[in-house]
Amino acid sequence: MHRRPLIIKAVLATTALLVSAIVGTNASLAADSAPLAPYDAKKAGGTVTLVAQAAAGTLDPKVNYTAQFWQLYQASYDGLLTFSYGTGATTFNVVPDLAEALPAVSNGGKTFTFKLRKGIKFSDGKPVTVADVKASFERIFKVSSPTAGSFYNGIVGADVCLKTPATCKLDKGVVVDAATNTVVINIIAPDDAILSKLAVPHAVINPASAPSKDAGTTIIPTTGAYMYKSYDPNKSLVMVRNPYFKEWNHNAQPQGYPDQIIFKFGITPTAQVTAVENNQANWAFDPIPADRLNEIGTKYASQVHINPLTAMWYLPMNVNLAPFNNVKARQAVNYAIDRANMVKIFGGTQLAAPVCSFLPPNFPGHVDYCGYTKGATPAKPAKAWAGPDLELAKKLVKESGTAGQAVGIVVSDDDVNKQMGVYLQSVLNSIGYKATVKPISGNIQFTYIQNTKNKVQISVTQWYQDYPAASDFLDVLLGCASFTPKSDSSINMAGYCNKALDVKMAKAKALGATDPVAANKMWGEIDQEVMADAPVAVAFTPKQLDFISSGTKNYLFSLQYKMFVSQLIVK
Amino acid sequence: MSLKESSEAIFSESPGKIALRSLRKDKRARISLAILGVIVFLSLTAPLYSHFIAHTDPFESTLDATIMVNGITTPVLEASTTGLGLGITPIGPTWNLSHYFIGADSQGRDVLARLFYGGRSTLFIGVSSGLLCLLLSLLIGIISGYYRGWVDAIFSRVLDIIWAFPVYLLAISLSVVLLTSGLSLGFIHLGPGSFALPIFIIGVVYVPYIARPIRAQVLALRENDFVRAAVGSGAKNSTIIFREILPNIIPSLMVFIPIIVALSMLTESALSFLSIGVQPPAASWGTIINDGLGLLYTRPMVGIAPGILIAFTAASLNLYGDAVRDALDPKSRARGD
Repeated sequence: MHRRPLIIKAVLATTALLVSAIVGTNASLAADSAPLAPYDAKKAGGTVTLVAQAAAGTLDPKVNYTAQFWQLYQASYDGLLTFSYGTGATTFNVVPDLAEALPAVSNGGKTFTFKLRKGIKFSDGKPVTVADVKASFERIFKVSSPTAGSFYNGIVGADVCLKTPATCKLDKGVVVDAATNTVVINIIAPDDAILSKLAVPHAVINPASAPSKDAGTTIIPTTGAYMYKSYDPNKSLVMVRNPYFKEWNHNAQPQGYPDQIIFKFGITPTAQVTAVENNQANWAFDPIPADRLNEIGTKYASQVHINPLTAMWYLPMNVNLAPFNNVKARQAVNYAIDRANMVKIFGGTQLAAPVCSFLPPNFPGHVDYCGYTKGATPAKPAKAWAGPDLELAKKLVKESGTAGQAVGIVVSDDDVNKQMGVYLQSVLNSIGYKATVKPISGNIQFTYIQNTKNKVQISVTQWYQDYPAASDFLDVLLGCASFTPKSDSSINMAGYCNKALDVKMAKAKALGATDPVAANKMWGEIDQEVMADAPVAVAFTPKQLDFISSGTKNYLFSLQYKMFVSQLIVK
Repeated sequence: MSLKESSEAIFSESPGKIALRSLRKDKRARISLAILGVIVFLSLTAPLYSHFIAHTDPFESTLDATIMVNGITTPVLEASTTGLGLGITPIGPTWNLSHYFIGADSQGRDVLARLFYGGRSTLFIGVSSGLLCLLLSLLIGIISGYYRGWVDAIFSRVLDIIWAFPVYLLAISLSVVLLTSGLSLGFIHLGPGSFALPIFIIGVVYVPYIARPIRAQVLALRENDFVRAAVGSGAKNSTIIFREILPNIIPSLMVFIPIIVALSMLTESALSFLSIGVQPPAASWGTIINDGLGLLYTRPMVGIAPGILIAFTAASLNLYGDAVRDALDPKSRARGD
């Protein structure tokens, strides 16, 4: 998912098999893995103040698709399943939340039976029932959740719900029995990522009485440790303890430490840094401005936390528009960009690393290779990116017959993205194009570059995992089904559709349900085959930098949702 | 000058010559012209400085460039080596004209070279849009004031509509719309990155502020005896406008020129600062301030230097405008101001 304003940082893992595959690729993550420590009531109390430049839009957990609010949802809303609290790879684990246990799987991996916990209440005092569960799944379609068509289209009956959301009924897809308190979810085909999809905030359980449209700033009752007291997107979001909350699974929804969490909006990134330095805020949401990095890295080093992310910054190239409808032109861009320079613009090697492959390092299916570096070709790739090859890039542009053509680069208008655009413009000009940069508001850039009506040739964007499966990158971003011409929701921005690779991706997904290791090997091959066509140029993989105040303790990082806000200790 | 000398001068020389002589003697005019002259000279010689002295292309990103400073090879963008090693900082002022005199920006470009080039853009757009504004205002003001009636009504309402919007709001709105797709009016096509767009936008938004006083002046002149006499003698409208009206408006225009150029320049800088004026990699003082915004804590000179140039240029233009006004004002001459 895109990071901000329409993104999130990953939603992860799922099955134990999948997690073991991840851990197998990342020894450091495994080494850091630990379950959440027991709750210490003596340390509870106080107010955590978070600061951000802007709010993240709707508070509705079924509609909001931003890292900013997903980070809060983990402490307030619950699904049948969720991602575990803890550290390292533990946070990739899917654990039972409102369900008593992980589901019983039957019918060849197409039926999942859950038993709903008893005695849990919403923050308005009403009990959580199986009717709420069914209504919540129907609500995904009624509110046109952004992932309704991608994550939940496999539920039996979802096809009709997608066509007529207002009257959505999932009588066969989500079968509930109030007498036994069971919920049975039926899907039309095995899906190796279904448990992850059920663990993300779009699948949380809301009261059946929740509105059938985007709730916007209206507060929907929660089940978790915190509930929302007020929300003014121009001012603040206030969370307080849920009076009806009693911890039922320490790893899924632990009791929180602060009595109150206030998220203040309208504070510039540089003011956020100053506020944290002065202990006026506990944490700054927005990326730290480039000119403050050295300051916090030296004077406030103990308050800085840097963690790996399975994400990438990349340049989608429109394969249906000149000059990038020519594969040589796209390959030329891949050879020409100096990924080390792009890392510099992002903040340096401590905060990012150059990559060429589509699947980021430490991700299922990732293979260390680079087909677009000096001395390498897609057919004979190097192990890692070693530098650009401008001469080869110029040669490819000449061979493609596209030299001299105009190229518009669409970037978000924040400083880092704009600098990326200016750098890319310089590179494209140097290999023979006439490039212009179009910085547009970050609020619309992500959707603007998806819509073919805007005729975007090349752009700079980012993708952060929703869940740890290769399909979340390759299939979601470059699958034929993700390309919807003339739509703002066409996440396949390159417009790339390779039918043969689509078939191979479907096989890999099916294989993943039984043999994830073989499936990941297949995904690695698909990655290289895709990049030979170069519909995108991958630039680098970023890291997450969190800057907290000196009075803030118990910083814990989730690979899925980033910092655990509810576990911060400020007393 | 005594009152007697002043009166003799008035009767022995044309008003233009008197004004010029007065302007030459005005200290404000001389100082402001000197400052403007230096700024214009440096801006015009930007390519020479970049090519022959700094040996750099101020429009090309050079993030991996290195230079020799005191015999040591130094990267133009330096990675932090202290603490956690976070952040990349552009090289600061070397105070050496041959490279990075006042430092580099985030793209590793020589800021001084960009400042000189930025001056060309800012001054070119400021002067062009100022003149365009004056031309449009003159046309509208004279036609409206001379013909009156329904012609005046139409023009006045159009001016009212433009006037109804705050200048910057209108300029920003037009820029946002036009800069993404360009402007196509019949056979005229202006691309998104063309300088003609900010010139057109700024030239238009200030028209009501100049056209209205001109119209008022023409309305007054229209009632004067010499114009009535010309009408009565059967002179053509064009003859009356060019021979009777226009010469009487020119002094006002002369006063407007430096003021509107300064205003246009400031507006261009503001729009470019907001990324909706001059487009990268081209430079204007506004874009350079924008570049410097992200470096305020580490390399403040990047943002401060263009700000100083804008301030000096605007102040000089305004000072010169005051001097022109006084020089063209017979009353102030008579007072011996």
